[in-house]
Amino acid sequence: MGMFESILLTIATAATPLLIAAIGELVVERSGVLNLGVEGMMVIGAVCGFVAAALTGSPWIGVVAGILAGAAFSLLFAFLTLSIATNQVATGLSLTLLGLGLSSMIGESFVGSAGVKMPSLYIPYLSDLPLVGRLIFGQDPFFYMSLALVAGVAWFLFRSRTGLTLRAIGDSHTSAHALGIPVIRYRYLAVLFGGACAGLAGAQLSLVYTPQWVENMTAGRGWIALALVVFASWRPLRVLAGAYLFGAVTIGQLHAQALGLGIPSQLLSALPYLATIVVLVLISRNRRLTIMNTPASLGRAFVPER
Amino acid sequence: MKKLLIGLAAALAVTVSVPAAFAQDKTKACFLYIGSKTDGGWTQAHDIGRQMVDTELGDKVETVFVENVPEGPDAERAIERLARSGCAIIFTTSFGFMDQTVAVAAKFPDVKFEHATGYKTAPNLAVYNSRFYEGRYIQGQIAAKMSKVGVAGYIASFPIPEVVMGINAFVLGAQTVNPDFKLKVVWANTWFDAGKEADAAKVLIDQGVDIITQHTDSTGPMQVAAERGIMAFGQASDMIAAGPKTQLTAIVDTWGPYYVKRIKAVMDGSWKSENIWDGLKDGILTMAPYTNMPDDVKAMAMETEAKIKSGELKPFTGPIMKQDGTEWLKAGESADDGVLSGLNFYVAGVDDKLPQ
Amino acid sequence: MRIELVKRPQHSKLFSVLSPFIALALTLVAGAIMFALLGKNPFQALFFYFVDPLRELWSLHELAIKAAPLILIAVGLSICYLSNNWNIGAEGQFIIGGIVGSILPVVYPGIQGPLVLPLMLLMGMLGGAAYASIPALLKTRFNTNEILTSLMLVYVAQLFLDWLVRGPWRNPEGNNFPETRRFHADAILPELFPADGRANWGIVFAILAGILAWLFITRTLKGFEVRVIGSSPRAGRFAGFSSKKMVFFAFMVSGALAGLAGISEVSGAIGQLRPSISPGYGFAAIIVAFLGRLNPLGIIAAGFLLALTYLGGEAAQISLGISDKVARVFQGMLLFFVLGCDTLIHYRIRFVGLARQEGQPAGAPKAAAPAAEGA
Repeated sequence: MGMFESILLTIATAATPLLIAAIGELVVERSGVLNLGVEGMMVIGAVCGFVAAALTGSPWIGVVAGILAGAAFSLLFAFLTLSIATNQVATGLSLTLLGLGLSSMIGESFVGSAGVKMPSLYIPYLSDLPLVGRLIFGQDPFFYMSLALVAGVAWFLFRSRTGLTLRAIGDSHTSAHALGIPVIRYRYLAVLFGGACAGLAGAQLSLVYTPQWVENMTAGRGWIALALVVFASWRPLRVLAGAYLFGAVTIGQLHAQALGLGIPSQLLSALPYLATIVVLVLISRNRRLTIMNTPASLGRAFVPER
Repeated sequence: MKKLLIGLAAALAVTVSVPAAFAQDKTKACFLYIGSKTDGGWTQAHDIGRQMVDTELGDKVETVFVENVPEGPDAERAIERLARSGCAIIFTTSFGFMDQTVAVAAKFPDVKFEHATGYKTAPNLAVYNSRFYEGRYIQGQIAAKMSKVGVAGYIASFPIPEVVMGINAFVLGAQTVNPDFKLKVVWANTWFDAGKEADAAKVLIDQGVDIITQHTDSTGPMQVAAERGIMAFGQASDMIAAGPKTQLTAIVDTWGPYYVKRIKAVMDGSWKSENIWDGLKDGILTMAPYTNMPDDVKAMAMETEAKIKSGELKPFTGPIMKQDGTEWLKAGESADDGVLSGLNFYVAGVDDKLPQ
Repeated sequence: MRIELVKRPQHSKLFSVLSPFIALALTLVAGAIMFALLGKNPFQALFFYFVDPLRELWSLHELAIKAAPLILIAVGLSICYLSNNWNIGAEGQFIIGGIVGSILPVVYPGIQGPLVLPLMLLMGMLGGAAYASIPALLKTRFNTNEILTSLMLVYVAQLFLDWLVRGPWRNPEGNNFPETRRFHADAILPELFPADGRANWGIVFAILAGILAWLFITRTLKGFEVRVIGSSPRAGRFAGFSSKKMVFFAFMVSGALAGLAGISEVSGAIGQLRPSISPGYGFAAIIVAFLGRLNPLGIIAAGFLLALTYLGGEAAQISLGISDKVARVFQGMLLFFVLGCDTLIHYRIRFVGLARQEGQPAGAPKAAAPAAEGA
């Protein structure tokens, strides 16, 4: 395996969890809901995925457990913000707090126990192709799932009727409601999807990235996923680009160090956040673009008037 | 029954004198942890030490700990609460707890305090540390023998003297075997982030190193090394489970015997404030079994370990050149502890600029 | 069965008073069950959580230290949130306040005297306000979503502080450890009653800020403007209020208070800059702001309550060996119950069968309205 290919593989592994979590949150935000609890759902997915895989020996059961756990945990958020209209910002933050505590509790007896690693795909001949063999035909299933999710969500949002409805709800829940669209039900499903994705992303951390369980192993990746959604101005393909850019900066920063270049690592680490702000400004200063892209009712509670 | 009474009183929010409810005939030994006691690294090593106190001293002692304490005002409060809860001796196990330990120690002259890896002492405040660098010197020798390319990768946490010391010792050890041995360093800027440490390991391997060593605490790098089929060293605890065919040896922090000794000293009244910097010979750090290496390398490592234990070999003994080419130590001259504990430069052979 | 909310015509006075108590009661019950499941005596556990830290004077001081930054930040946030400006970057403003306020003692340690501390506090406030004005500027000028920009700026601030204390501001005599020099005596925020405990002027600032903000919101024209613009920007425009000016005003007030909290923490409880000067106060304060229902006086109480759960968690660890993880879960539960119960103030809750569909046009189910009265 060449160095170039191997660097790209490293970047892909770093970008995949960000991408999966961000694509889920993108759907949530497109429906007009801001769930700041991504970090919490992700860490729950990581611990449940790890525990299920360790107990059964099957990484695939770990994947399923991660997805289900993330979705179940997001249900708590959905109930509070959608059914009883609590503030989304405060509820999302509380969800992260609870998730970090709960995951440590669940995983306490699993720290240091041997993990199960999700094997990478291997197709004879194809995976051995020079330069791109491993990149295209030799990665772990999460990588392929992340790409499928991007394609699926892009199609869903912009090509399907249901996706159109979802975006309409995000833009104006009152008008959508007046048209007879079941706003709350859509949003429930969107939040559940977001939770499932965050759980899947967490499972990638504990089954592929570093197949082990350690407390707080998400280490802020949920927050980066949140930033990515904005960076991408709520466009799935841009989330893909953003996640890989983020991954490349993270890994590139380490390479710069190993080469002894002497650039402050903090500056490199801050670049993606500054870039996000710049992108936000660029898309928001053009009113037409903003209206097209930003879910206008993002973060506002909705209670059907009767 | 007593417990039930307390419970009932609590339910009525009546203030009862709770400390009286606890038996006072035991010596209470308390620990303050920066991380979680099951972090698999630094804090866990201290907690294993605490558990050893429990098994060795049994009924005579009661151990208590507070985990996940952030540095700063929270630490001072937690230490004070421990001091007031009847602790006879309190171990604060992170460098960042230094000033808070000093402040509380001044308020409680009758309680003994011990601060790990710091340098400020008081009549009732001792400091203790481990000469981790002795283990790193041995690791350097092994690395130079085992590496085919003559370059190792070092995942470092923060550029503090202890870490710089470890990097230098590793290189000095390696140079005794291969004078041209090189070391690449990546600063992870964290003590514990499995993902980031794994990334750092991948980056170093991609840049061509074939031995990984780390001064961060997770088993992430060990797993990556195992996956990529190269060798690595464990840190803080024996990480052989993460890399049965990968780990050459590990520096294992073994605080237990030290804690037992100091708590016994409190019990019999012989405790004194000291500045303790123990090494391999005192058993405060031990080397995990030398595995996955040919017998001659193993023999060399064991010989070096024996020499360090006997005092025949001191890793920081001249002639040593600094990275900038100037002389640090003349032939036969050994660095004194004061210089070591403030070390802020590399020796020749490190392929990195020390962050300033 | 589904849950349905019916908006009350007015805030329920009854539930305004009852809601925190219902939430507390639910938390106590759920907590007791959790502790019992873990094999701990639930009464004893709750005692250590909520009563033990209040039994001694020194511990009350510690409570004040922990509550002060939470209250200061949350009071500022309440003005922001009431005016419909979603600043969630108080953590960043706190850090920048700490940094700017520390310029004097770190860069110019030679400057001493009684004026140093007031200047530091002022600079801290200015720093926080200036940093908060960035999302305000982007919002008014480019229509950029302030939730996201203010959040991004938190990371930037954290990394900036990290770089400062490891690089240019590192203590020259500090053995390379990542921290600045310790502040000289004139730069330290004094303790209130040094004989009894460590509490410093920070808590005084916090309570004063709470009272002043309450007077401001309830008694002044500008405060009225905050509420009007917050509840209905349209009505605000009719009344001739500028919502752009309000964005700046709200962000800068909350930034200044977060900055004051930052420099108070640095010059008070810490005494130097370190790579991390806040265990997440800026985020915890958002929760405090909502616990206090955006009422500055309520926030004072909420700040003390949240601080108590930190102290209580520690006490329970020391006395009963209850894991720190349980403490965090317990805290999370408390927050959820409080948030959930507050819904009762604004809404009636109704349980409906599946027969009726939510998606009916708004006008249609009018006939069902009287039924709501019975719920």
